[in-house]
Amino acid sequence: MTSQLFLQYLFAGITYGIIYAIVAIGFNIIYNTTGIINFAQGEFVMLGGMIAISLHAILPLPLAIGLAVISTMLIGALIEILFIRWLRSPSVLRMIIITIGLSILIREAALHIWGENVRSLPYFNGNEISSIQLLGANISPQVLWVIGICSIMVMLLSLFFKFTSLGQEMRACAANRLAATLCGISTKNMVTFSFMLSAGIGALAGCVVSPITYTQYDSGTALAIKGFTVAVLGGLGNSLAAVLAGILLGVIESFSISVVPLAFQDAISIGILLIILFVRPHGLFGSREAAGLKEF
Amino acid sequence: MSLLDIKDVKKQFGGLQAVSEVSFAVEKGMIKAVIGPNGAGKTTLFNLISGNLPLTSGAIFFEDKPIHGLQPYQIAQRGISRTFQNIKLFPGMTAVENVMIGRHTRSRAGFLAGMFHLPAARREEREIREKSLALLELLEISQFADVEATSLAFGQQRAVEFARALASEPTILLLDEPAAGLNIYETAEIARLITKIRDQGITVLLVEHDMSLVMDISDEIVVLSFGQKIAEDVPGAIQQNQEVIQIYLGTADA
Amino acid sequence: MKARKFFPILLLLLVLIVVQQLTRLTGTAYYLTQMTMTAYYALLVIGLCLVMGYAGQISLGHAGFFAIGGYTSAVLTTFDLTPLLDKGNSAIGFLTTNGLLAERQSLYGESLLSVNPWLACVAALLLTIIIAFCIGIPVLKLKGHYLAMATLGFGIIIYRVALATEIFGGADGISAVPGFPLLPGIVVSGDFSNRVQNYYIACCLLLLGFLLLQNLIDSRVGRALRAIHGSEEAANAMGVNTARYKLYTFVVSAVFAALAGIFLTHYNGGIGPSEAGIMKSVRYVAIVAIGGMANLWGALTMAAVLNFLSLRGMFGSYDDAVFGVILIIIMLFAPQGLLRRQVWQFFKKSGSDN
Repeated sequence: MTSQLFLQYLFAGITYGIIYAIVAIGFNIIYNTTGIINFAQGEFVMLGGMIAISLHAILPLPLAIGLAVISTMLIGALIEILFIRWLRSPSVLRMIIITIGLSILIREAALHIWGENVRSLPYFNGNEISSIQLLGANISPQVLWVIGICSIMVMLLSLFFKFTSLGQEMRACAANRLAATLCGISTKNMVTFSFMLSAGIGALAGCVVSPITYTQYDSGTALAIKGFTVAVLGGLGNSLAAVLAGILLGVIESFSISVVPLAFQDAISIGILLIILFVRPHGLFGSREAAGLKEF
Repeated sequence: MSLLDIKDVKKQFGGLQAVSEVSFAVEKGMIKAVIGPNGAGKTTLFNLISGNLPLTSGAIFFEDKPIHGLQPYQIAQRGISRTFQNIKLFPGMTAVENVMIGRHTRSRAGFLAGMFHLPAARREEREIREKSLALLELLEISQFADVEATSLAFGQQRAVEFARALASEPTILLLDEPAAGLNIYETAEIARLITKIRDQGITVLLVEHDMSLVMDISDEIVVLSFGQKIAEDVPGAIQQNQEVIQIYLGTADA
Repeated sequence: MKARKFFPILLLLLVLIVVQQLTRLTGTAYYLTQMTMTAYYALLVIGLCLVMGYAGQISLGHAGFFAIGGYTSAVLTTFDLTPLLDKGNSAIGFLTTNGLLAERQSLYGESLLSVNPWLACVAALLLTIIIAFCIGIPVLKLKGHYLAMATLGFGIIIYRVALATEIFGGADGISAVPGFPLLPGIVVSGDFSNRVQNYYIACCLLLLGFLLLQNLIDSRVGRALRAIHGSEEAANAMGVNTARYKLYTFVVSAVFAALAGIFLTHYNGGIGPSEAGIMKSVRYVAIVAIGGMANLWGALTMAAVLNFLSLRGMFGSYDDAVFGVILIIIMLFAPQGLLRRQVWQFFKKSGSDN
């Protein structure tokens, strides 16, 4: 493998990996405040892309993306209010089935609205053949957009959780829901907000990556399972580790293309998921003791 | 050697020594109690014996064979039966069905025998039911046999749990705080049942917070405090033991 | 006691016969095709009901086992071994002399040599059992979300393998699968002339499976399973090897799924990758949930109704969406299932009264 090809694979891996990381962070945000794994997480990414594509027909790109993110956030909030909020201590099994049902509904709705066609947003600048030289490799500028925007998003998120009062309240919720309630934090609103937040970051990721990976009504499922793989690799609930794990999985996947057929690419990341679940369910970076306290 | 031998058992949770090098033995046919104030490590010790927690170091022998490191179901198969502090009856099942589960280790019908309803399995099933009803009789709750177990009164639930634990015909019965949550009448009733069980030839090891129950029925008492054994004697001597009195009064003062 | 236990099943058999006679009288015998398929899907669903309702473990990968059974049988019974025989392969020669291979004619009248459906069926079941054990041992150690994701992952892998492997026919799947001669004169196939016969084959297989599961649930094993569902810790303390029971249950239900796959593949004359899809697995879970989880009769009824409606195309292009909506509504408003226990008390009573 030439060093140029190597770099190309590496950048492709990082691009995909950072999207997986965003999906994983979406999982984590909701998991931290509710203890629920939202199986419809991948659908937020698809929705963001699809809405932006439709809006772009009448609006300039930045406005279309902004509106797409906001509407996906509203959908996220709506889902929580309609389907989650009023359930009293539902069992894990029940929540799994409800969120799976939601993901099917969103996917089917998307199928009926946008059809089976593969769509995409235009490249943010240039087009599919424009490229820039980086360390001797030809990289599409969109790759830099993806990496740039997602990195900024991750940084803003961590600042948000550290320094804003809303972020701190959400963290309090994650640490101890009962205690947070006693301190006067409305945990119910926090849960709604966590759905909005994870829908929003998913939608934005879905927009920036759309020109490269394209968007289809059923692209959410694969993203969800890979995002979950990443979340588990990093240790459920740990968002910084998710970024590392995401890039790791993306790079592994991208290099695996040179070894195994493309069709088996999904099977590889699922294989990794199964192995990690069997061997280290607390993640690569998590500690066994802390994981023991969580309800799986 | 003794029936159950606990040797230098230690359990550490991170930096906390929950149980530190506790040793004692349980002789066949006796009622032995482990007491101590809250946080003394009683329940931890109990979970170590029943296999729910792994030992940090030390050893536990049952009938001269090591049982530490075995899974709870393997320990149950050896003839050690237990009850739970916060009664764990199976929901959606009647009292007699709950007791029938207890006969699991004494029966063998597997998946195929069950699916094809083989004669041997049917015979076994009839025997399981008869033995379970007899146990409910022994514990004086046979009138509730077909009532859903979790809908019974607390004291009755405890009796069902006893019957379930006895159904496996154990050599030794481990009772985790049998008086927890019971009023004084129910506690007296449970005490009577425990001696009745002992009179059937079954050794009893109980962990208890309630002093009154323990003093009346135990043959020997081990006192734990902060994970360490501070006394082991007959009830009369324990009552006179200055250190024990201090612990109990001390905690009462604080 | 025996008569009482068999009574509901005999009643069901009677209903099935009446249904067949009705279709004959009203000239709607074409319904039998979907009913036959429905019966096979129902076989899978009651197997899944054992895992979900009684052992309390979710499996989002049961379509995978269906596909493993169907595809294995399809490949073995369609793959032409003649070239290998001509090359003098000793293993093939051995199989031929022992009557384990079946000769048949291709569309163009050439003679083809493939594995005998019986041998293929046994091979498919053995493969399913092996895979179910290999997957079940690590997977069933997991709980909740992790178990759901792991089984979902297993299902996706099977789907991808079916879709991307040449020998499995890729997106087209495998077609021209020959019939499965069970006994002389009794063949599982989609031939028009065999329609009534196949309806009864499917119904008998389903009823047999149902009876076996019902026996199992009423046995010592079933009691242990319910105990595990109630409190795993307490069941373990009673001497129940919970890991082994969960595993065996998983394997039993995988065998049910594979059997359904094998028979339906021979009946349809083929199998495609969509049978292994996630949506199929989710659909089976939905049906078990609607039936009331730990309720074999409920699972059977809902499997019959919903699969039949879906196969008749009643849900149009909203097929998957319907199951999504059903899942959500049931889980929001009636997590105990639509067919609650009370409705079935009569059957339950007559089943357990000894």
